Amino acid sequence: MPSRSVGRSVVRKEGRGKVTGAARYIDDLTFPGLIHARTIRSTIPAGEIVDVAFGFDTSGFTLVDYRDIPGRNIVALIDDDQPCLAERLVRHVAEPILLLAHADREALLAADVRIRYREAVPTYDATTSPIAFKTIAIDKGRIDQGFREADVIVEGEYRTGHQEQLYIEPNGVIAVPEHGGVTVYGSMQCPYYVHRALKVLLDLPDDKVRVVQTETGGGFGGKEEYPSMIAGHAALVAIKAQRPVKLVYDRVEDMLATTKRHPAVIRHRTGVKRDGTLTAIDIDAVIDGGAYATLSAVVLSRGVIHATGPYRCDHIRIRGRATMTNTPPNGAFRGFGAPQTQFAAEVHMDRIAEALGIDPVRIREINALRPGDRTATGQRLGRDCSALAVLRETVKRTDFKRKWRAYARLKASRCLKASRYKEGGSRGIGLSLFFHGAGFTGGGEVKLASKASLALTDRGARILVASTEIGQGTRTMHAQIVADTLGVPYDCVDVNAADTGQVPDSGPTVASRTCMVVGRILQRCAEDMRERLGRLTPREYLKRHGPLVITREYERPTDMAWDDNSYRGDAYGTYGWACDVAEIEVDRETWEVKPIAFTTVHEIGKAIHPVLALGQIEGGSAQGLGYALLEEVVMRDGRMANAQLTNYIIPTTLDTPPIDVVILENPYKHGPFGAKGVGEMPIDGPAPAAINALRNAGFDLREIPATPERVMVSEKQEPRHALHA
Amino acid sequence: MRFTLNGKRARLDVHPMKRLLDVLREDCGFTGTKEGCGEGECGACTILIEGMPVNSCLVPAAHADGARVTTIEGLDGRHPLQRAFVDHGGAQCGICTPGMIMAAVALGRKPTLEQIRVGLAGNLCRCTGYSAIYRSIRRAR
Repeated sequence: MPSRSVGRSVVRKEGRGKVTGAARYIDDLTFPGLIHARTIRSTIPAGEIVDVAFGFDTSGFTLVDYRDIPGRNIVALIDDDQPCLAERLVRHVAEPILLLAHADREALLAADVRIRYREAVPTYDATTSPIAFKTIAIDKGRIDQGFREADVIVEGEYRTGHQEQLYIEPNGVIAVPEHGGVTVYGSMQCPYYVHRALKVLLDLPDDKVRVVQTETGGGFGGKEEYPSMIAGHAALVAIKAQRPVKLVYDRVEDMLATTKRHPAVIRHRTGVKRDGTLTAIDIDAVIDGGAYATLSAVVLSRGVIHATGPYRCDHIRIRGRATMTNTPPNGAFRGFGAPQTQFAAEVHMDRIAEALGIDPVRIREINALRPGDRTATGQRLGRDCSALAVLRETVKRTDFKRKWRAYARLKASRCLKASRYKEGGSRGIGLSLFFHGAGFTGGGEVKLASKASLALTDRGARILVASTEIGQGTRTMHAQIVADTLGVPYDCVDVNAADTGQVPDSGPTVASRTCMVVGRILQRCAEDMRERLGRLTPREYLKRHGPLVITREYERPTDMAWDDNSYRGDAYGTYGWACDVAEIEVDRETWEVKPIAFTTVHEIGKAIHPVLALGQIEGGSAQGLGYALLEEVVMRDGRMANAQLTNYIIPTTLDTPPIDVVILENPYKHGPFGAKGVGEMPIDGPAPAAINALRNAGFDLREIPATPERVMVSEKQEPRHALHA
Repeated sequence: MRFTLNGKRARLDVHPMKRLLDVLREDCGFTGTKEGCGEGECGACTILIEGMPVNSCLVPAAHADGARVTTIEGLDGRHPLQRAFVDHGGAQCGICTPGMIMAAVALGRKPTLEQIRVGLAGNLCRCTGYSAIYRSIRRAR
């Protein structure tokens, strides 16, 4: 038997290409006769197009508008409401209207297109918007009874802003007209989303559209649905010009036009007994979908299912609404609604503890979900529920209780002496406990019916999946699972490009599903292949029986059930569990908040590749700290006013504290080697941990990012929000 | 312009104000140097001129005339940092990696953690949270 690779940090498959500059990203590619495309976008947030005029000689240009669309003018996804190119109505700034293409980029950039509009009154406030893309209600027990049982009721409203994914490689594609159809190469997470969108847009059959993922410089959700739009644009130009077309955004265009994390306003009203037991949780969550539906319905779904945080309570009422505003559509971003709702839940939990006069650890110990407990949707948790384990490990490791009390005392003495400047900075420590469901929500995986294939090769096997490598290590981790299951060395497993012409539809690379869900399908392929091989080596088998390709489809574990109408049942196959502690310092001259230490304990079932898993946790934590403290999208008249890296600030080396990570493993019985999802969970916790640390330091914030402007005005006594019932 | 690119003499006829980044990628075919922002904030386009790290998106071609220019390709895949970035998770999506490695090369041998943090403050990575990059540099042999 070869040595096992699972649990070891083997050399990542594409590592060498990435460190030598040999890896080819979309902008590194070119084709003979290639021309460049440019998108002409609306400059108003709402209204009608009256007139389009070209202030340049159009000869030599390819011009494309909605009339050039052979199929349906939509970006096919869920609601089919978003046009690929605006026809008459405009619903947001930067909405695509026209495409220009030319061989010379200078000429292309110089082209002057003038569009006259009849402007309408835009809507910017998601909470008062009359248009809802989706509403969801979750009810458990009887909320009135829960409040009757309460000694104390704590209320609060929490707000989170947009967040830009800020993959370092902007969105880009190349479309090549060929074989009476089109091939699109590009930076993307979900080749089959693009494939489907192109078929609808271009009215082409399956085999006339081919989508090939190129090496992708980060996604974080930002390349889940948006590539369907940009691929559609490039394909339309390529078909009209009958030449290869490159459409690569620069940073400003990428930030102005593409999707971001949904801003949210979340209200909590919680009943609690004096001993700390939760009796009623009542939550109202509104997320800002922007101008078109995109994925808002499913972002809302994950958001509301996670909205209570990892706590047990018999009486729960959750109301969620995703509404329309005249801003660029918001979409997928790592965490997918859960960072917003768990920010609110965890900041609120510290306020509940404060109202009762107990510490933040105790309130969580009392209420954390245990095996056998039921979640808001009624899902009974199995033995792989680890909320208490991650909480206790984090508290112990950070000496949390002692530090929390010491900083709180310092805060009190500072108030008494009013000698705030003598102390230098103010420090605080904060904690968050959170969970994250792996895989698509509810019946999503059944609907997807993902497939994976394994082809026998001379040396071992070749993996055929549409799952994409976007930095997280998909190829490596899948190869480890297959190698160990098949009983061949890791190096004997190779991975096919994510090319719809060659691989089956394994579903999108999103939702922390690539290891747990697709990895499990691959494992079943490998189990079957192992059985077929019997005592033969791969080479002997091929010689004797010819080629062998095994394809398997997702099978729902028999112990799972979900009802989409009542929103009851097993929302996810399983959950990961985690606890963060952030220690911060506030500069009392600039009001900057500096994270000085960060600890996280993650329970993820099984770390297939410890270095890759650690990379997800460290990277997601840093991105979460950016969300908490730095990253502010300034929307002015429906337009991002800071659409560049000069003033949209993501964490640099100097903004990122040392990140101490502990990985715990409590296996999920239906995951490959026990693995759960890991990609998204790390971003759920840093924001509430940091804001709770600010609370510990004497700052009452209910909104992120905690910019200096917000921190400056938040230092005050806690108003009396606790109403004694 | 004439310059020494990755140890070889090169002679090119390009507009003197063309971005050195574009000269390297389009005229020299060295696409290992990446563009992330085009305004000198992200450092993905970091190269070495006379051993000093610069953002090649902010450098006009004329500035490199007569100079010694090194890109990621110039390390020939044999620099200890390259292997270390693979082994210790310093490279995830890889788009910041060439620039990050070039900036790390400029730090010299055995930099302290503080020297690394300050030296890489102009290189953004969205994947790693930087910890694995520090480990890669400190463990490179």
